[in-house]
Amino acid sequence: MKPTSFEYERPDSLDAAMRLLGDNPGAKLIAGGQSLGPMLNLRLATPSLLIDISRLEELRERAAHDGYVVLGAGVRHAEFEDGRVPAVLNGFFERAARQIAYRAVRNRGTIGGSLAHADPAADWPAIMIALAAEVEARSVRGSRRIPAADLPNQALETCLEVDEIITSVRVARCGEGARVGYYRLSAQPGDFAEALAVIVHDPQRGYTQAVLSGARQPPQRLGQTARAVAAHCSGNGKADLPAAVEADLTAISGTHDLTSYEWKVRRASVLRAAQEVCV
Amino acid sequence: MRRLHMTVNGEPVRAEIEARTSLADFLRDSRLLTGTHIGCEHGVCGACTLLMDGEPVRSCITLAAAADGREIRTIEGYEGDVVMDVIRQCFSECHALQCGFCTPGMLATAYDIVTRLPHADRSRIRVELSGNLCRCTGYLGIINAIEIALRRVHGRPAAAGATRSVA
Repeated sequence: MKPTSFEYERPDSLDAAMRLLGDNPGAKLIAGGQSLGPMLNLRLATPSLLIDISRLEELRERAAHDGYVVLGAGVRHAEFEDGRVPAVLNGFFERAARQIAYRAVRNRGTIGGSLAHADPAADWPAIMIALAAEVEARSVRGSRRIPAADLPNQALETCLEVDEIITSVRVARCGEGARVGYYRLSAQPGDFAEALAVIVHDPQRGYTQAVLSGARQPPQRLGQTARAVAAHCSGNGKADLPAAVEADLTAISGTHDLTSYEWKVRRASVLRAAQEVCV
Repeated sequence: MRRLHMTVNGEPVRAEIEARTSLADFLRDSRLLTGTHIGCEHGVCGACTLLMDGEPVRSCITLAAAADGREIRTIEGYEGDVVMDVIRQCFSECHALQCGFCTPGMLATAYDIVTRLPHADRSRIRVELSGNLCRCTGYLGIINAIEIALRRVHGRPAAAGATRSVA
């Protein structure tokens, strides 16, 4: 299929892009277009105007600060894969980015686009929640910082106002000895994740977070799992990890159907991520 | 209509296009470069993969307007390229194509693997190829071809059993 007709603008500054977006309620932002492109072709998206922000230098920041890094919304997945961004946790960005779709997609798709699209099966939303990242959104009215966990409302919907643009992501750098558990289950390499579990444990900052997302599962934090992982790693008694994981899964899914495929996939993914941290 | 200026296979191109025109449709319909094949039109099959500024991209979900000012290389644009000559020779030797529909995209991806990942082994080649679908070959010929091309291009001798037809 071919897209319906739309206008196309490529403003040369962030200010111009924000004005265009503010003045055109039917407009959509496009950066890499790796999710929006298919939706346009399938006519699932029919914007009156596309505002191409893929070349805005203001969205290309890759800065390491004391204790945190700032990553512009326009940084592409391939740049994470190739280590062309400052690290927050040794090698994790490279490892995670390499599993997003295919190289031809990673050459175009951006972290800001992934967060704004809020596909539950996408990788960056869960990763950024596990890293307690903050998303900066700007509009002509001003700017605000949104915790990554508060950004998605539900599948394919965020708390962004219609005139807001994600400009960057701010991520705390992990300390010495920090560990990450990452397990991504998909039918074949490059497919969307059926289940994606991310667990970050940083003893220096006293920080542990566990997040699960997947095809039918917008990202959710797993509090009991995180506490069990932290307890295990600090040697404070024996944590019953499977029980903690099952309690979290029951809480987020509202059921306790041990026989369902989805339950098994989610449980296995979280446990494998946890095992990577709890060695 | 929008004005467009890009380089296609080394030649400057100026055109007026509708904003919704994909890069693949522009190349095929306006430039008659029909070597870029369109399969799924939503970025899954990889048939339309070509190089933009030297990087493989999906031309069916890249707007022609977004390629303004860029350098495009389609399958017609490898005249005299010694690396692509080797890859093509290996594809022929290994029966890495049958109907040929996926081949332009396969060759663009193979070119990226051979130039970007000189030390890719078979399992890495398989993962890197996962975004290009082939419904004829069962992939083994393609994987063999790229493995041999990597050795030839980077001057390494063929390992024993390198051409065996097993996964």
